[in-house]
Amino acid sequence: MNLEDRKEQKRGKKKKRLLFRLSILAVLLGAVVFAIVTSLQKDKTTYKPGDKAPDFKLEQVNSRNSLDSIQLSKLKGKGVMINFWATFCKPCEAEMPYMQNLYKKYRDKGIEIVAINLDANQLVVNNFIEEYALDFPVVRDKSSNIRDLYRIGPIPSSLFIDKDGVIVEQKLGQLKLRDLEAYFKKIEP
Amino acid sequence: MRGMGMNKLKCECGHVNPEGTVLCEACGKPIEENQHLDGNREDRLLNMRYDGSARRSLTYNRSVVDKIWSFFSSVKVGIWLIVITLIASAVGTIFPQEIYIPADAPSRDPAVFYESRYGILGKIFYQLGFHNLYSSWWYMLLISLIGISLVICSLDRVVPLYKALKRQKPKRHEVFIRKQRFFSETAGANENSKQQFAEQLKKQRYRIREEDGHIVAEKGRFSRWGPYVNHIGLIIILLASILRLTPVMYKDARVSVREGERIVLPGTDGEYYIKNEKFTVEQYSDDDVRFKDSMKKRGPVDKSYQTDAVIYKVKNDTVPGAEPELEEYRTGAIRMNQPLKFDGYALYQKNYQLNEFKDMSFKLHKQADETAIDTFTIDLTSADQAEYKLKDGYRVKVSNYWPDYYLDDKDKDGARPRSRTPYPRNPAFVFYVYAPGTDKPEVSFAGIGQNIDPTGKNVYKLGIVDFNTRNVSGLTVRRDYTLPVYMAGAVIFMIGVIQGMYWQHRRVWIHPQNGKLLVAAHTNKNWYSLQRDIEKAMVGTGIHMVKDQLETDEGHGSEGDKDGH
Repeated sequence: MNLEDRKEQKRGKKKKRLLFRLSILAVLLGAVVFAIVTSLQKDKTTYKPGDKAPDFKLEQVNSRNSLDSIQLSKLKGKGVMINFWATFCKPCEAEMPYMQNLYKKYRDKGIEIVAINLDANQLVVNNFIEEYALDFPVVRDKSSNIRDLYRIGPIPSSLFIDKDGVIVEQKLGQLKLRDLEAYFKKIEP
Repeated sequence: MRGMGMNKLKCECGHVNPEGTVLCEACGKPIEENQHLDGNREDRLLNMRYDGSARRSLTYNRSVVDKIWSFFSSVKVGIWLIVITLIASAVGTIFPQEIYIPADAPSRDPAVFYESRYGILGKIFYQLGFHNLYSSWWYMLLISLIGISLVICSLDRVVPLYKALKRQKPKRHEVFIRKQRFFSETAGANENSKQQFAEQLKKQRYRIREEDGHIVAEKGRFSRWGPYVNHIGLIIILLASILRLTPVMYKDARVSVREGERIVLPGTDGEYYIKNEKFTVEQYSDDDVRFKDSMKKRGPVDKSYQTDAVIYKVKNDTVPGAEPELEEYRTGAIRMNQPLKFDGYALYQKNYQLNEFKDMSFKLHKQADETAIDTFTIDLTSADQAEYKLKDGYRVKVSNYWPDYYLDDKDKDGARPRSRTPYPRNPAFVFYVYAPGTDKPEVSFAGIGQNIDPTGKNVYKLGIVDFNTRNVSGLTVRRDYTLPVYMAGAVIFMIGVIQGMYWQHRRVWIHPQNGKLLVAAHTNKNWYSLQRDIEKAMVGTGIHMVKDQLETDEGHGSEGDKDGH
């Protein structure tokens, strides 16, 4: 073996070593990034803006509204606000008058509100609807199906969905009137 | 670094060593310019760590990749990472983590809680992110860096060590032999005694190899891989914990299910439903000899509790919300430590709540007369019926119902009845009572221990006569596919530990030289047993027993025989 061959061999070895180290480091880095990103995303269990809103179908219980049942996919073409609420939840109660006010203004502009109730009985819901004279559709998620589907934690939680069924905004916690109107403008078809 | 030329690392025995080699892989002769790497000194024994093989990280340090590699390949760095992680973990336990902020705290907002309860230290604790330590990005990063250090440290040592042990030759350089911890020199030992010695080592299951009359007897080399095998186990465990972060591999949800209720099992993507048929608690009896005294202090103690459950599987794919067609899939009891298992899911009994109201019966009677005009029962769980038609044309309308009644005096419009939860734990009602033929109702308020006549002029009164309760079972729904991975990691880890702990790598070199016979020996641990092996093998050979040169060595501790860390 002459000197040139050896140098050649050495260069090849170095290249191999670099490649080996690089690939090991890349695999490790990949694993680390994956671990950190997934664990940080885990906190956000709700659907994110940009996601397609999963479909559901529930019976409509507000006698002041004429619809029999609500199926999200049938509301395509309209901007939809989904609101998870219950009568025993104070901040839910606080935002209801805003929703009712804006509903009157925006329903003709192609916006629908679907209030998904999480109470255990109908009577309290009826009383609540009467008390606040709600006109928008109210559905009851009796077996917590939809809450689980949307991975909703604390209520109130609202999602704003555009005419194509894509989530544009999500709001955890109580809404302010001003914000609500801004969201409606965003999803107005 | 001086002298990177090829010839420098070519040993006089003819073997070409990789750069950074301390002891020639073949004959063990110290390579002069690299002795500083292992701190070898002429007047001391050889450092046999990694058999003097070239830890590449110490030699190549040119590109960025090499620099990163050599950073992580340092055991010192690894230990520092572990120390920092330990300190951080300990600090994280000083105050409760965010999820353990007590439910009755005045404010559960962590931004407020830590400062208000623990003062300035609490504020610092919160601001540095210790309130969510174990899932914070920097804690995860520390753990990840430990993982990286583990992989690279191992690779950086195991590869050269493997090569060195593979390339070692029976014929060693004299310096190597003389600078071993166990060494003896026998003048005039003949070929026969040498062969006898080797033969008797062979009987003790040493593997004998010979070259030009030089012999190496070796035993238990595989124990050298123990530390690396257990590192592989640790890496698999770390991988399992990464897999655990993905919903495909690990799902964990909680559900409360009431007796008689059938609801969707959260975390199963709406695929399964559960019905709680019955929930039972068994408690230790008051006169139980073992627990009598402690029960006197803290009240009754649960012996066991269990949920009799039915699992339903959705038969056809429907739109979520629409009542799906269900088929009974499994029935069984869920007890503490005895989960109900199906299709990879396990349901664990977590907690319970007894005696939530289910229904309540009222009797209508005149204020003055306790005899019932009629009774009726309200189903508190659905309470959908608003009006009850009673005998003789009496009617009772439920005007308002609060399942978990309390009087909210913080409302801006003054005190107001509200419900705390949707569950009938403290039901209260406003009833309209219509006497026969009237449209003007009497209003009355009824709740547990309360019966209020707001006008003071009511003729009729409603009283609770009976009620039924039901129990709530709290369950954990879990699907964990990472357990076998953890298990594999743990088993491999244990194999590595055993491999490294219970076996030792022992070598004896027999080195004839100018009519003398040099004997040297090395082991990575348990020198005493090696000594006994040699003693046994030397019986009747006339070879001098090896001396422990460490005891006679002026400078001490340069022999550093530990592998791994």
